[in-house]
Amino acid sequence: MTMVEQLDELYREVILDHFKNSSHSGAIDEAQIKVDGANPLCGDEMTFHLLMHGEQIQQVRFHGKGCAISQAATSMLAAQLEGKTIEQATQIIETMKALMQGQEPDPSVDLGDLEALAGVRKFPVRVKCAALSWNVVEQGLKDYQTQKLEAGS
Amino acid sequence: MRSYRGNLGERVEPTTRKRTATQTTPHMSTLDVVRIRKDFPILNRTVHDKPLVYLDNAATTQKPRQVIDALVNYYSRYNANVHRGIHTLAEEATAAYEAVREHTARFIHAGSARSIVFTRNATEAINLFANAWGRTNLKPGDQILLSEMEHHSNLVPWQLLAKATGAVLVFLKITDDGRLRLEALPTLLIPRTKLVAITQMSNVLGTINPIAQIVQHAHATGALVLVDAAQSAPHIPIDVQQLGCDILVFSAHKMLGPTGVGALYARETLLESMEPFLGGGEMISDVQLTSATWNEIPWKFEAGTPNIADVIAFGEALTYLERIGMDAIRAHEQELTAYALTRLGEIEGITLYGPDPSMSERGGIVAFNLNGLHPHDVGTVLDADGVAIRAGHHCAKPLMRRLGVVATARASFYLYNTTDEVDRLVEAIRAAQAFFSKPTRAKAAV
Repeated sequence: MTMVEQLDELYREVILDHFKNSSHSGAIDEAQIKVDGANPLCGDEMTFHLLMHGEQIQQVRFHGKGCAISQAATSMLAAQLEGKTIEQATQIIETMKALMQGQEPDPSVDLGDLEALAGVRKFPVRVKCAALSWNVVEQGLKDYQTQKLEAGS
Repeated sequence: MRSYRGNLGERVEPTTRKRTATQTTPHMSTLDVVRIRKDFPILNRTVHDKPLVYLDNAATTQKPRQVIDALVNYYSRYNANVHRGIHTLAEEATAAYEAVREHTARFIHAGSARSIVFTRNATEAINLFANAWGRTNLKPGDQILLSEMEHHSNLVPWQLLAKATGAVLVFLKITDDGRLRLEALPTLLIPRTKLVAITQMSNVLGTINPIAQIVQHAHATGALVLVDAAQSAPHIPIDVQQLGCDILVFSAHKMLGPTGVGALYARETLLESMEPFLGGGEMISDVQLTSATWNEIPWKFEAGTPNIADVIAFGEALTYLERIGMDAIRAHEQELTAYALTRLGEIEGITLYGPDPSMSERGGIVAFNLNGLHPHDVGTVLDADGVAIRAGHHCAKPLMRRLGVVATARASFYLYNTTDEVDRLVEAIRAAQAFFSKPTRAKAAV
């Protein structure tokens, strides 16, 4: 693959679409999960708001500053998580992590637009840009479950 | 910050810089760059099938054959530990190592080699001074004056020191075009100001600060002055006696030398008054089971086996720089920077940071941002064209906040760079803009 082809693969149309016009950017005041994270290496910052109904993710919004890859990955993740259970969400995130490590994704997991991020693997220094979003959401989901357990006990 | 943002399709006009800079003749160089480039093997390589254009010199510079050969030569011919053995190899290694100390002193016009301590890098040199001097000399409420444009390496050691001693950090602010607000200096310097620690050249803005003037003010109220010369020592002539500073630090790898070598210059009396930083071999005079006395300066501050090979190779880097001449290097970079600022200023949607090039106050560093594009994306696309720049916060997050950005792209020049390479940079930036402005599906938001 030539470098230009690799670049086209990295910045696929769907990635630039999500970067330029994400419908999931914003905030949800009443969200139960509000979590933020930053990448100290590059200064990227992002905040996720997840509106939950029990175990189900009803709505996801995000805001932050970052490159096209991080912003698109964030937007795609937000879109893909809506309507999913925490377990399904965790499965999607784990699948994305495996994909970034060069493994073939589990075909039973529906990645939606996230699949377009496969091209990032060819640019090892950019993997962390994509990874920020799912690390942040994973942390948010974990904290939410811990709080629920503590509240229940 | 000045902005060159123009509407799409509109030529960006309003700068006097353009008029002045078009009067320069960009293709004339004071250096024989063609010949210089032949000394740098790495400059022959390609990146993604394009000739490498290396414009990340503020991060680290490339190494000439002479420096690489010195490393091979040392390990092939006289590798031995210094200051210990009585055999020939140890004598040769010690002589070569100590000769570089003298060379380093001459390079910055220090009076004596005793005032030069070798460290791992400029960061370690600052930490050494902060610990060895600061912990015994600062009391709660004492002040350290820094600036808003410092690299993390000239911020965090002082934050640690302030936490340990109760000292207070005070900041000299900068103007919108990236210069120190020197008019505030007389008010900020009070008798409790014990130290001013300041960069001579910003690694983001390229601003060259008037150190001699700052030293005059600081000494008038009794404060010491530490100069972070990591960005300046590679590019402009340094004379510590003319500057009048008490401490000056720099890194070898940013000036053609190997990684893993830094230097701390401090006045001899100051070094003598300081406690050691690290304990171990080499830094002692005598050791009992429960106590020890210290070696003379500068060895008091060089515990353990030092980075012998890289120090020796650094000596070759100094020889190389002196042969070309620091004045000639500075002139070459001024020309390149003026040319780069002109050419970059012509790009629509670009924002350039740093002072206007009344070029005596600006080094060969150009930070910029492109409308709607994150510097990381710019960096990736430029790399595809073989153009290496830095993208990020440049270890200067407080400065990024002051500029109101998360990150910037940065091109930085050295003696081997050419105006043709600046042209390649400009072409690559235009290609990046074209790449990201290609139409997407443009249907409803995703």
